[in-house]
Amino acid sequence: MDKPYNNKAWFLVIPVFLLVALSAIIPIMTVINYSFQDTFGNNQFFWAGTEWFQDVLHSDRFWNALGRNLVFSMIILSIEIPLGIAIALTMPKKGIWVPVCLVLMALPLLIPWNVVGTIWQIFGRADIGLLGHTIEQLGFEYNYASNVFDAWVTIILMDVWHWTSLVVLLCYAGLVSIPEAYYQAAKIDGASRWSVFRYIQLPKIRGVLIIAFLLRFMDSFMIYTEPFVLTGGGPGNSTTFMSIDLVKQAIGQFDLGPAAAMSLVYQLIVLTICYVFFTVMSNVGVDKPDARVED
Amino acid sequence: MNQTSHTQPNAGSMNKPANLIDTSNVRASNRFAKKSITRWLVPGLYILFLMLPIYWLINMSFKTNQEILSSFTLFPAEPTLHNYTVIFTDPSWYTGYINSLIYVGLNTVISICAALPAAYAFSRYRFLGDKHMFFWLLSNRMAPAAVFVLPFFQLYSAFGLIDTHIAVALAHCLFNVPLAVWILEGFMSGVPKEIDETAYIDGYSFPKFFVKIFMPLIASGIGVAAFFCFMFSWVELLIARTLTTTDAKPISAIMTRTVGASGVDWGVLAAAGVLTIIPGALVIYFVRNYIAKGFALGRV
Repeated sequence: MDKPYNNKAWFLVIPVFLLVALSAIIPIMTVINYSFQDTFGNNQFFWAGTEWFQDVLHSDRFWNALGRNLVFSMIILSIEIPLGIAIALTMPKKGIWVPVCLVLMALPLLIPWNVVGTIWQIFGRADIGLLGHTIEQLGFEYNYASNVFDAWVTIILMDVWHWTSLVVLLCYAGLVSIPEAYYQAAKIDGASRWSVFRYIQLPKIRGVLIIAFLLRFMDSFMIYTEPFVLTGGGPGNSTTFMSIDLVKQAIGQFDLGPAAAMSLVYQLIVLTICYVFFTVMSNVGVDKPDARVED
Repeated sequence: MNQTSHTQPNAGSMNKPANLIDTSNVRASNRFAKKSITRWLVPGLYILFLMLPIYWLINMSFKTNQEILSSFTLFPAEPTLHNYTVIFTDPSWYTGYINSLIYVGLNTVISICAALPAAYAFSRYRFLGDKHMFFWLLSNRMAPAAVFVLPFFQLYSAFGLIDTHIAVALAHCLFNVPLAVWILEGFMSGVPKEIDETAYIDGYSFPKFFVKIFMPLIASGIGVAAFFCFMFSWVELLIARTLTTTDAKPISAIMTRTVGASGVDWGVLAAAGVLTIIPGALVIYFVRNYIAKGFALGRV
């Protein structure tokens, strides 16, 4: 690091600090405040100690929502990351159609999340939707509103549709930055397609892959709007993820104490997992030579 | 109106077949492309998959409700603009778009203005607690919006800001400012430090150097950061919906109104959906040349 040490740089950071503190620290203090208190209305609060935390950690509802969320995140990560890499690898690096492709691929990312839910609602319904109608015509029973399996398939398909492009664009950006000389050297060395990927392309896109992985994990773990619009958490509770459960509790039932305690546990889980991922993934392969074929 | 009718042929024609035709010059320029057709096959199929639901939405927005519910047609039998007319003639519909654009614009300006100096500090200096500060900023990007909904409501109620554009713009700063700092820091680190030093030797003051020399150098980074702020503020619904009631209600929240006593007005719902895609498509078009690098947050 050749950056000079200068504490005056803090003056440049202060606006951001104040702005984010307003939106982050004050609300978090409110949440912490609620999580230790009980209320019977009339704005009267009583100290409740760790009662809410114990409630949350012993409730099946919380663990089920957490489990569903983890399963969902694992499934979409294991689909989107390899699929994204594969599509990025097959994309040509030059040509007049490349910008067109990139724009079309980025399009789902810019659709408001509840419209994404609406699009898939319209697309998946058996009576009016292309997907639902086609599946029914093929002779399968399909109804994402009443069948648990169908609901999960539809939500996963929706998420793959919505977010795989992010992985593609990130990997593609990493791939186009590899100098052509690397590939020529690999060709001279007679490297196979796999070793080109393993020793040239993968190390080069490692940085962006970490970003893709983190972003996809975080966003899938806090997913709210799309499944809420599509299934509303049903059928039953089968697609009630953590955020949906939390909003139900906080705004629907106005159970401030349990909701606040659940918020804190939820946020701690997200932070811990992200921190671990970030540390582990930025250290993996650091000591390995970046591109062996280069020599 | 013109824009909406343009998008319809696009969705149909820009799929796989269009991409397959023009592959000859790609092949010449890419020595590793063994078979041009198979090169485009996977991206082509993927784009087809992406476009199908959007095509269905556009298709439905030009149908009458009767046609939607009674028959299954791949193209509107009697194309109608009725659904769009409903939206453009009813103030409670189209003000939703104006509200959304106002708070998204405000948020983008605030985020970029605050993030620029901070990103410079992170990219050029070490200071007390810089690493912790950076992770704390990013951790807000990871915070589930659902956690913040209720406290935000109470916070902005206390200031009497509920149902104003600025409330939503400030609330969205929670995740957009850290993102902007992150992206800009990536782009700024790509600018050699010698440029700063030369400018100071030439007698530039810091503000003058920053605006006159440094900002033009990272113009593409600012564009990309603005694009991301626009994007994440535009697509967010939960916080925007909670902080507004009528005067600043975003379009995405108004869309839920189509569920009436007589069932869902699918045609209008689809038309409203199509209209929410257009601003995103326009913004994407402006940054199309930086899109790949931008999505890598300037870090390649």
